Amino acid sequence: MAKTVMDLRRGPKYVLPGSAACPGCGAQIALKWVLKILEGRAIFVIPACCTSVIQGPYPKSAFKFPVYNMAFAAAASTASGMARALRAMGEEDIHVVAWAGDGGTYDIGLQALSGAAERNEDMIYICYDNEAYMNTGIQRSGATPPKAWTKTTPTGKAEMKKNMALIVAAHGVPYVATASIGYPADFLKKLKKAKQMRGFRYIQIFAPCPTGWNFPVDKTVEIAKLAVDTYVWPLFEVEHGKLKITVKPRRRPLKDYVSLQKRFRHLTDADIEELERTFLSRWEALERLEAQGTIFL
Amino acid sequence: MPSDIVIPVSNPAEAAAGQTGLWRVFKPVIDKGKCVRCWVCALYCMEDVIDEGPDGYPVVDYEFCKGCGICANECPTKAIDMVPEVRE
Ligand SMILES: Cc1ncc(C[n+]2csc(CCOP(=O)(O)OP(=O)(O)O)c2C)c(N)n1
Ligand SMILES: [Mg+2]
Repeated sequence: MAKTVMDLRRGPKYVLPGSAACPGCGAQIALKWVLKILEGRAIFVIPACCTSVIQGPYPKSAFKFPVYNMAFAAAASTASGMARALRAMGEEDIHVVAWAGDGGTYDIGLQALSGAAERNEDMIYICYDNEAYMNTGIQRSGATPPKAWTKTTPTGKAEMKKNMALIVAAHGVPYVATASIGYPADFLKKLKKAKQMRGFRYIQIFAPCPTGWNFPVDKTVEIAKLAVDTYVWPLFEVEHGKLKITVKPRRRPLKDYVSLQKRFRHLTDADIEELERTFLSRWEALERLEAQGTIFL
Repeated sequence: MPSDIVIPVSNPAEAAAGQTGLWRVFKPVIDKGKCVRCWVCALYCMEDVIDEGPDGYPVVDYEFCKGCGICANECPTKAIDMVPEVRE
């Protein structure tokens, strides 16, 4: 059992060495930790996304746990059927995990996800958020932050990033949390909590992508930490409708975060200031929600 | 299910994408004099290729290490150097 953060480096390997993940892949760090926390007692449904590439080409797989590869839009509906079938067969202690990218969650998989959340299906839905469609070559998604370069936003994205975790929480599901590979203790606590609960649980993990965000491959974890410390990626949970901000860092200037990534290199100082205000007002909105007590039923 | 439907099944194996150590441009080298065995390197190792050696210090499996250097960047005592890979 993973009791402390350092247990996340020990124990059996479920993501086997020699995967197809790019060097410095944030998603693979998240996947490795999740499997160690669930001790491999899970069946994964993985729609089209980088992870379905990371596993490696047929007939080999780097994943030493059961995986069902599914069409892009259908992670949550497939996992729904799987969870129902397992429970009908009396199998109670195998987790069904839908593991999808941000495109598969915020955008194309949203309808199936909403349906599964509404029915309170017994699954852990994990979105690893690398803030664009990476597998197909860096196109913008509903998770891409404002002003970020992608191949389909060559001068920077004009729109906001969806408040996806709150959208899921508004369904009134038992547990919703954001997590980051930059904060392993908070990550472990949330996954362990989700593991012990039943019904629909949603975890959204910040997973920096050196290939898509254009930063040096050794900076993945540093950038994940900075995202939390600059209020770009607030760490919070919504448990039975009550929101709690789980990490309240001393705020660092947004420049520390954006200056490491070439997807933001076109930003002027005024752009960075505007973006900083945006993230700060989102943070303040979260604080107001936290102060309100139960916000979703 | 009709018997003529074949569902392709992949089987777990190391090196699913080949000997990924060959991707490496820089190689992490651990200085045991500086290492305090805190295991932060292994915690963050994306490829899960940093394990405990017989002497209790971390060892890197160079067959698969992709050389990303996250271990060196995160090491609190700066005990890991990224040195250019030399191949014959
Ligand atoms: C219906 C459909 N449309 C488009 C695609 C092509 N496609 C495969 S993966 C992908 C992007 C996935 O993005 P995301 O979910 O964010 O995961 P990531 O690749 O970033 O890990 C796209 C557009 C597809 N497989 N199916
Ligand atoms: Mg993505």
